Amino acid sequence: MSDLNQQMAAKYQNNFLREIEEQAEMGEWVKMCMQCGLCSGSCPTNFHAGWDHPPQELFMMIRAGKRDEVLKSNSMWMCTSCYNCYVRCPRKVPVTHVMHGLAEYAYRIGQSPKNQPTQHLSKTFWDNATKTGRVNEVKLTQSLYFKDGIGSGIKKAMEMQAVALGLVKAGRLNPLEAVGIAHKCKDIKGIHAMLAKANELEAQHKAEKAKA
Amino acid sequence: MARKEYAFYPGCSSQKGASASNYLTSVHSMCNTLDIKMTEIPDWNCCGASVSYAESGELPRIAMNARNFALAETNLPGQDIVATCAACWLGSRESKERLEHNSGLMADTQAALKEAGLQIKVIPEVRHMVEVLIEDLGYDELKKPIKKPLNGMKFAGYVGCQTNRPFGIAGESFENPMYLDKLIETMGGEAVPYDQKVTCCGGALAFSEPEKAQAQIKDIIEAAYDGGAEMLVTPCPLCQANTEVYQGQINKKYGTKFNMPVLYYSQLMTLAYGGTAKEAGLKGQVIRAPKLEQFAG
Amino acid sequence: MAETKTAAYICKGCDIDKRVDVAALVKTATKSGKMNLVREHDFLCSAAGVAMIQNDIDNEGVTHAALCACSRRAKTEAFNFPNTAISRGNLREGVIWIRPDTDAARETTQEMAEDYVRMACAEVKAMTVPGGNPNTGTVKTLLVVGGGMSGMTSALEASKAGYKVVLVEKTGALGGWAAKLYRRVPTREPFKAPEDNGVTDLVARIEADSNIKVYLSATIAKTDGAPGRFKVEIAIESGAVANEDIGAIIQATGFTLYDANKLPELGYGKSPNVVDQAGLEALAIAAAAAGRPICRPSDGQPVNKVVFVQCAGQRDSSGTHLPYCSGFCCNTSIKQAMYFKDSNPDIDTVVLFTDLRTPGNGEDFYRAAQNKGVIFSKGVVSDVSAAGNACSVKFKDLILNEEVNTQADLVVLATGMVPTSGPDLDQLSEANRVAEGGDPAAKQHVVELMSKSVLNLTYRQGPDVPQFKHGFNDSHFICFPYETRRTAMYNAGPVRRPMDIAQSQEDATGAAMKAIQAMENAGLGRAAHPRAGDLSFPTVRLEGCTQCKRCTVECPFGAIDEDEKRFPLFNESRCRRCGTCMGACPVRVISFENYSVNTVGSQIKSVEVPDEFSEKPRILILACENDAYPALDMAGMNRHEYDPFVRVIPIRCLGSVNTIWITDALNGGYDGVMLMGCKHGEEYQCHFVKGSELGRYRLSKVGDTLKGMNLETERVMDLEVAITDMATLPQKINDYAALIKSFPPSPFKGF
Repeated sequence: MSDLNQQMAAKYQNNFLREIEEQAEMGEWVKMCMQCGLCSGSCPTNFHAGWDHPPQELFMMIRAGKRDEVLKSNSMWMCTSCYNCYVRCPRKVPVTHVMHGLAEYAYRIGQSPKNQPTQHLSKTFWDNATKTGRVNEVKLTQSLYFKDGIGSGIKKAMEMQAVALGLVKAGRLNPLEAVGIAHKCKDIKGIHAMLAKANELEAQHKAEKAKA
Repeated sequence: MARKEYAFYPGCSSQKGASASNYLTSVHSMCNTLDIKMTEIPDWNCCGASVSYAESGELPRIAMNARNFALAETNLPGQDIVATCAACWLGSRESKERLEHNSGLMADTQAALKEAGLQIKVIPEVRHMVEVLIEDLGYDELKKPIKKPLNGMKFAGYVGCQTNRPFGIAGESFENPMYLDKLIETMGGEAVPYDQKVTCCGGALAFSEPEKAQAQIKDIIEAAYDGGAEMLVTPCPLCQANTEVYQGQINKKYGTKFNMPVLYYSQLMTLAYGGTAKEAGLKGQVIRAPKLEQFAG
Repeated sequence: MAETKTAAYICKGCDIDKRVDVAALVKTATKSGKMNLVREHDFLCSAAGVAMIQNDIDNEGVTHAALCACSRRAKTEAFNFPNTAISRGNLREGVIWIRPDTDAARETTQEMAEDYVRMACAEVKAMTVPGGNPNTGTVKTLLVVGGGMSGMTSALEASKAGYKVVLVEKTGALGGWAAKLYRRVPTREPFKAPEDNGVTDLVARIEADSNIKVYLSATIAKTDGAPGRFKVEIAIESGAVANEDIGAIIQATGFTLYDANKLPELGYGKSPNVVDQAGLEALAIAAAAAGRPICRPSDGQPVNKVVFVQCAGQRDSSGTHLPYCSGFCCNTSIKQAMYFKDSNPDIDTVVLFTDLRTPGNGEDFYRAAQNKGVIFSKGVVSDVSAAGNACSVKFKDLILNEEVNTQADLVVLATGMVPTSGPDLDQLSEANRVAEGGDPAAKQHVVELMSKSVLNLTYRQGPDVPQFKHGFNDSHFICFPYETRRTAMYNAGPVRRPMDIAQSQEDATGAAMKAIQAMENAGLGRAAHPRAGDLSFPTVRLEGCTQCKRCTVECPFGAIDEDEKRFPLFNESRCRRCGTCMGACPVRVISFENYSVNTVGSQIKSVEVPDEFSEKPRILILACENDAYPALDMAGMNRHEYDPFVRVIPIRCLGSVNTIWITDALNGGYDGVMLMGCKHGEEYQCHFVKGSELGRYRLSKVGDTLKGMNLETERVMDLEVAITDMATLPQKINDYAALIKSFPPSPFKGF
């Protein structure tokens, strides 16, 4: 992965803005930010724990070429996908998507923070959903709560026991899903073939851009 | 023949035994009364939700949604796709928009679909159940089958994020959408004013950043209580789950005494139409709604 | 002139007859109004009503008519009797619409109506029909000073409207600053790329226009006379002098860039690679002529990175540099950044700004630049230093909150506009005062100031039009742009406020239209804005004049000079009819035919003041006709009620209030006097610019008079009223009435 990072850094040299424009989904919007800060003021997570850098600042950092700081930042992983920034941006910058795009790019080239919980969730969710075509909620929950090894997994599982039990009692969490009697698509093979092709094409396009 | 027919996209959470199964139950009851036929898209798959962004990449995510379009178009030609889940609706609509505005992306998507033996010709309209109710039927039509108006009950209509942004319901504002309040009032209930109607519940971060998400949920429930609500009503499975199932943990952490039932609009409508507790999926409440159970008789 | 015959007409329409006893009003007009003829009519403004009045004028010899119906602001077309003196009693907006229709209110409403009838009768008897200014000038040639974009546009617009123009430009060519631009900011869709500066086209149109006579390398040596008959001497570089007869003047003398030499901390003068915006235009023109990209001045090498510093020496709160925003420079820097990006997208272009201001379609232009890859960073530059062929720019990044050093091949300073407005008249008059002492340095100072004069007016109040803020010419910025405080002289373009080319051209068109109106009015002996069409003009009874000079000093429009015997010399064509001279005159020898100390004074005296036991106080309101009186009318239209004990008299301006009215009212037993005028000072709204300020200054002395009469000082109140105050004004009147009622009745009642 770090190979990919070095390749990209070498290719774009000091032009981090161009790197983001070409490599990150919706990255071409970064230059259109006019620094009003409405996105930052609209972010719900801001009010509770805050992040290292609000979106407006991330945009500025990209323009200022702060490659490491941006890619290693925790901030874009705090996005709840509430789309508040997206609908309020006076420049119609799809801020939510840019945050996702930055996160994805940092992750792809191995620069995102390690053990980032939302990153883990993202990967787990996608793997879970694409394995059978549909999400297996029990397995999803299990893999999330056991992510830090068995010790903390059990602790979190204990904490969440009441939650899970409530759902089971209400008939909204089926323990049988854990042992394979789960919802799934019929044409799993077709889905996998389709995704393989999609992944291949996407990787190909990104590489072409980096070469150009 | 039913008066309206749609290609139903229930989504992962609205399956039998899944976290929004009570949503599914009540939607079926409601649609029965309203003479709406919902046919599941055969072999539909997950939309990818917004949180899968890091692993998925754009094209795979869109291919997943495109597969549903192709299946719907092939098997249920001419029918709009109707999602009940906010994330499914958003994921599908976003994919439809990008595909229709980006021929390169469309070509790539077709190439990927081909691997699964599928192809897109026309992308059907992608709609939320709420749009069907208020646009295709209208409040007056929704009022007609009411047998037991929800008189004297106070609800906080919690619209949340993804049924409101970035697309939202036509004609509604992002900051203060009114359709849910109007639905509640159409059913005879009282929609209380409160100031967290469109606040984010934390979404998927309820898993990964529970403290942050729960702090947001606390604000929402607190505001609903302050507004005088007895129950919360929402159109979104994740909003419903997050605002309902974490109340116990929030109580432990903050010393609050939250015990507010969180319902789907479809459950209210089923009850107002004279449905039973079972038909409304009331058993599926983690926080039981005794007032409604009593009301259902 | 025919024998005076007075008449009063009482209208019964609009429910007036249902609310008041019209028969009693007829009696009032006859008995206390002493009208020769009194008639009532069901619907006075109808064709029949108007015909009745006209018949009385034509066949009964009526010369003075008091129309007691609605406000003087209503039905002005119906009640237009040009050769008859007309007063209006405001029974509708002023009485029945502001009083409740209740039995309890009936008595006071009736009293109010009767007083307004008395006042209308008293006023009309004190009036004569205005004869019009006899000293008219009928020259219809417009002088435009300044041949830049504004001046050329004014000239072309006036010509298109059919007027002759004399265009005077001090340099050897038309075009001004715009001619020095490589390209201009776009003016049309899609607002994405710089455009041709457009100068060649405009100059060609001027040269082809037979209505326009151009003087190049020429200045105004002297401007004498008055609107419609200015005598202008034009000094040409060759030494020749040309004389032109002029009707009105537009000053479009533009601006200079703020001197970048005052910004050594930003590297100007230290490195040839630091330029101002004009400097960059010159580089761009030179580069285009040579068919190469813009190069570094120091060594002619290509530019790889350019930094634009916004607000250089502008928006400065320290008092060292320009305190204001010049408005055009953000778009200019965007345009200049595009010079680079359009020729080579790899050139790094950074705009350092604190607030990017690109109003209107500038937003599209800004977005276009972002799309082209121009980087905009929010930052304040503290230092630019030169190191060899590179510049080092130090700035504080306001978003990332850190000090940053960046290198650039070229630095462009956005320095902003300084108006070319001529000497400041206050400074000049002070310099003149000092120079009278004979000090040679002071005399030299006067000469220096005079050398900056643009118009060289022979007016007593100075050689140029007055300035307002920051050296820009005053131009009634809130309500009436282009209006200067000199009649028939208009400002256009950056001489009156900072603006860009598009705004200047719009300005220039507006100013041309105003100048044409002024010439036309001057020819007909009528006033210009805001009393456009008024035929009255001030006359002075010289035998009573004490030569105190208050009128000449106070006239906001420089309309009054002094003759060789030091008496005031009125230039009627310059006059705006505000009456400030009349208000200022301590011996009350100045008056208008239809507005005088007597027309208002007799109204004040005509009001019936009940005795001290009646519990019916009387409060006089003198309300400015431009804002306060319409606000009161609108309060009436909206049926906002107010106190029945007030009696309102419209005045032309607070500046026209002669303090004798106030003392007369108090001596006559009024319990209070309320004055309503427009806002004055830094954000004045006075239609006569200085009228309300001068009026208020005079009023500030009234306190002593009150003390002398042993009266509470609150009995005279000055209220600032804007036309938008119609909803709140009634409450303010009621509050004041309540205060007055809390005092004992005036001790002067019954004297």
